[in-house]
Amino acid sequence: MSAWESVIGLEIHAQLSTRSKIFSGAATAYGASPNAQANLVDLGYPGVLPVLNAEAVRMAVKLGLAINARIAPHSVFARKNYFYPDLPKGYQISQYELPIVARGALDIELEDGSIKTIGITRAHLEEDAGKSLHEGLPGVTGIDLNRAGTPLVEIVSEPDLRSAKQAVAYMKKVHTLVRYLEICDGNMQEGSFRCDANVSVRPAGTQKFGTRAEIKNLNSFRYIERAINFEIERQIGLIESGGKVVQETRLYDPDKDETRSMRSKEEANDYRYFPDPDLLPVVLEEKFIESVRASLPELPDQRCARFASQYALSAYDAQVLTASRELADYYESVVRELPQEPKLAANWVMGDLAAALNRENLEVTGGKMPAARLAGLLRRISDQTISGKIAKDVFAAMWSDGASADAVIEQQGLRQITDAAAIERVIDEVLAKNPAQLADYRAGKDKLFGFFVGQVMKASGGKANPAQLNELLLRKLK
Amino acid sequence: MSDLHTGTLTQLAASLRARKFSSVELVTALLARIERAQGTLNTFISVTREPALAAAAAADRALAAGSAGALTGVPIAHKDIFCTRGVRTTCGSRMLENFVSPYDATVVAKLGAAGAVMLGKTNMDEFAMGSSNENSYFGPVRNPWNPELVPGGSSGGSAAAVAARLIPGATGTDTGGSIRQPAALCGITGLKPTYGRVSRYGMIAFASSLDQAGVLAASAADAALMLREMAGFDANDSTSVDAPVPDYVAALEQPLAGLKIGLLQEFFEQGLEQENEQRVREALQVYERLGAKLRVVSLPNLPLSVPVYYVVAPAECSSNLARFDGVRFGHRCENPRDLTDLYRRSRGEGFGAEVKRRIMTGTYVLSAGYYDAYYLKAQRVRQLISADFTRAFQDVDVLMGPTTPTPAFAIGAKTADPITMYLNDIYTIGANLAGLPAVSIPCGFVRELPVGLQIVGPHFGEARILGAAHALQRATDWHTRIPAGYA
Repeated sequence: MSAWESVIGLEIHAQLSTRSKIFSGAATAYGASPNAQANLVDLGYPGVLPVLNAEAVRMAVKLGLAINARIAPHSVFARKNYFYPDLPKGYQISQYELPIVARGALDIELEDGSIKTIGITRAHLEEDAGKSLHEGLPGVTGIDLNRAGTPLVEIVSEPDLRSAKQAVAYMKKVHTLVRYLEICDGNMQEGSFRCDANVSVRPAGTQKFGTRAEIKNLNSFRYIERAINFEIERQIGLIESGGKVVQETRLYDPDKDETRSMRSKEEANDYRYFPDPDLLPVVLEEKFIESVRASLPELPDQRCARFASQYALSAYDAQVLTASRELADYYESVVRELPQEPKLAANWVMGDLAAALNRENLEVTGGKMPAARLAGLLRRISDQTISGKIAKDVFAAMWSDGASADAVIEQQGLRQITDAAAIERVIDEVLAKNPAQLADYRAGKDKLFGFFVGQVMKASGGKANPAQLNELLLRKLK
Repeated sequence: MSDLHTGTLTQLAASLRARKFSSVELVTALLARIERAQGTLNTFISVTREPALAAAAAADRALAAGSAGALTGVPIAHKDIFCTRGVRTTCGSRMLENFVSPYDATVVAKLGAAGAVMLGKTNMDEFAMGSSNENSYFGPVRNPWNPELVPGGSSGGSAAAVAARLIPGATGTDTGGSIRQPAALCGITGLKPTYGRVSRYGMIAFASSLDQAGVLAASAADAALMLREMAGFDANDSTSVDAPVPDYVAALEQPLAGLKIGLLQEFFEQGLEQENEQRVREALQVYERLGAKLRVVSLPNLPLSVPVYYVVAPAECSSNLARFDGVRFGHRCENPRDLTDLYRRSRGEGFGAEVKRRIMTGTYVLSAGYYDAYYLKAQRVRQLISADFTRAFQDVDVLMGPTTPTPAFAIGAKTADPITMYLNDIYTIGANLAGLPAVSIPCGFVRELPVGLQIVGPHFGEARILGAAHALQRATDWHTRIPAGYA
């Protein structure tokens, strides 16, 4: 038991997947050439005004309802004032005192299997800034404002997390949720989903919070875990060697695996928040909120519970299969084709299919192995046309040339032999060829049973039905 | 054709439609007047001669084809705060000395669609901050009634140009009196509509919650005609109001009998010059003769308008003007050493003294530790002032009082002391804080200088205050007086 307890809170920034920006009609698609998707509003031209994107509001409300939060009937956009070249107006439009979503919660599962509820202080809407570019621009800084004005929802947790692992579990939970809700594509590499982590330590068993450091812009689960662990160790080391943690903003450097000070509290901006006079308060009527509630999809936790009961899956299987909406949808498509085999479907989706997708870094929705095609394979296992073992080869063939299971089975003559007479013929041949082993077996060397199974299977080209083979072989050897 | 300039906007529109003269003739005549007066009055920052003549020729073709709009061929000018595509928009500042907007402000587009021909962009206090037009990077505007005096501000160029009959109508903006005060000091009609009545899109922001576009013209009838074409909801401005636009021209002729006029007691108490008061009271007597009922009304929180305004407006301005950072447009200093140097010098060189004063004041009142004491408290008092007006309008139809405490003052007289200058807006700021429509009309002279009567209406009461103004202008001829030398 460590003498120190770490206290962590996350501020997650999820980019909302609206087609246009939060306050302008410019497109939000990723990857356009610099400034091709920045219009006069995004550029902060003199005289332009923001107009709120209703879809962004709907998405924030969806999130709020999904975390059982209070949806503010009246929320206000505020200006966060600071100078930076990629912040065109000299202020960011955000929400400050009156956010659209407040007081929600999410459950995470701890390593010991227990459930912990993480409080969510608030979630508010804001616009993203642009990007400063340095690469390939010697001596100057480039500004790309394509991202400026992209809608974000910032989800602020309570300091309820106690380890880097918990932080990652929580972050993953939110990641799954926003993708279920279809409000964020969750693409961490492109920065669509990222977080700042507030980390402090205190002597185990005490209540008072330690001084915290904020680690900015973590955009992978691995980095979050490593950055937080580094920061915890750094702070403990500092205190144990007689030093003091100072409140500051730090950056994580993945190459060196360390956090570095960016600015201290004294250097922090005074953002001079005040309500944005260009935007009216967002007033949401109960009817609207209820219509959004009615449009909510089945949420990850609900779906997980349903999978476990409806398909008689283990809690673990249900959790893995519902980790993303796409995977869960895929699984259910397979099961719809083959309702009698939910467990078989689970094993294949989580096993061979997941491994193949992983190997080639593909998404389940990519179309490489449509659910109906996988179901075609499982049907042949289920009706004993092929054995599970042969199925692996069939799967590999289907994967590489996109054929159906039946075509592969036909083409390669892999149909399982279930004709008892045919299997008996093979057994007789094998026994005839191996008189010494047969004698040994009969003399009491039971272990040789496996040898005979292997030989018969080999002689049948792997096609003999294993259960039948066992049964017939036993009988013959008696 | 030498007297074309004396026609009012309403008359000119009618004459053009009747083909009594062409738009090209009219525009040519006015361009000549503008250029002749420029050296003395300095009312324009840009004169757009060639595009104006081309637009006039197009207007003449439309008039000949019978496809004319309400203002087809009528010359107007825009305060240089409205963005105009292809024509530089300076906002009276060195910061935007060479800024050419890639788009038209909604007001510019709407008046253009109605057929109006823009002759140029008028001078103004830098970023609309000022009450004398002495804060323009392009030099002060002079008052046509006496070139030693200020025309008022910040829409001083528009006011002086209309007063000198260089242009029959011009746009302006009013954040704390910037249309009504120069209208009063120049002897013309200046209308600030209800907040949200006219789109702010493309109007360079000073204080967003107070700014409102309006009209400077020779008469209430002209203001009504221009407002009808400018007003209306704009999807690009979330604070514009989606309410139908009445025909303000048709509504001008309303019976005055029984109109309940509230005299703003507080306006007759603070620093009002006696002769100024006399002219206002004489105008009120005319209203009584016309059948209106007068009563004194008190708005106890109104005297707090100036301090409230000088917290709220600078706070918003400090944020609104942050975009002028030398990065994307506007003035950029030579050879910046680093980013901070770029910001410091670009802004230091680009902004004038009054703008810097307000940015600093605004930054201060929004700072951590001061926000509650200043900004928040000012917003609360603002609500009290609004409530005072709402209460008053339960009993009266319109409120009346002076527009300014004194007639026009000398150039340089108040520049040393910003507070004295700020107090010039003491009667006009209330309508901005409450978002109410208000109009200033000429009501007589003091020392041969015009004096303004202010009429404030309830929200969306433009037709009512224009009707009341029109009634006085039918009974008197103050609005037809033209400064000597410009007749």
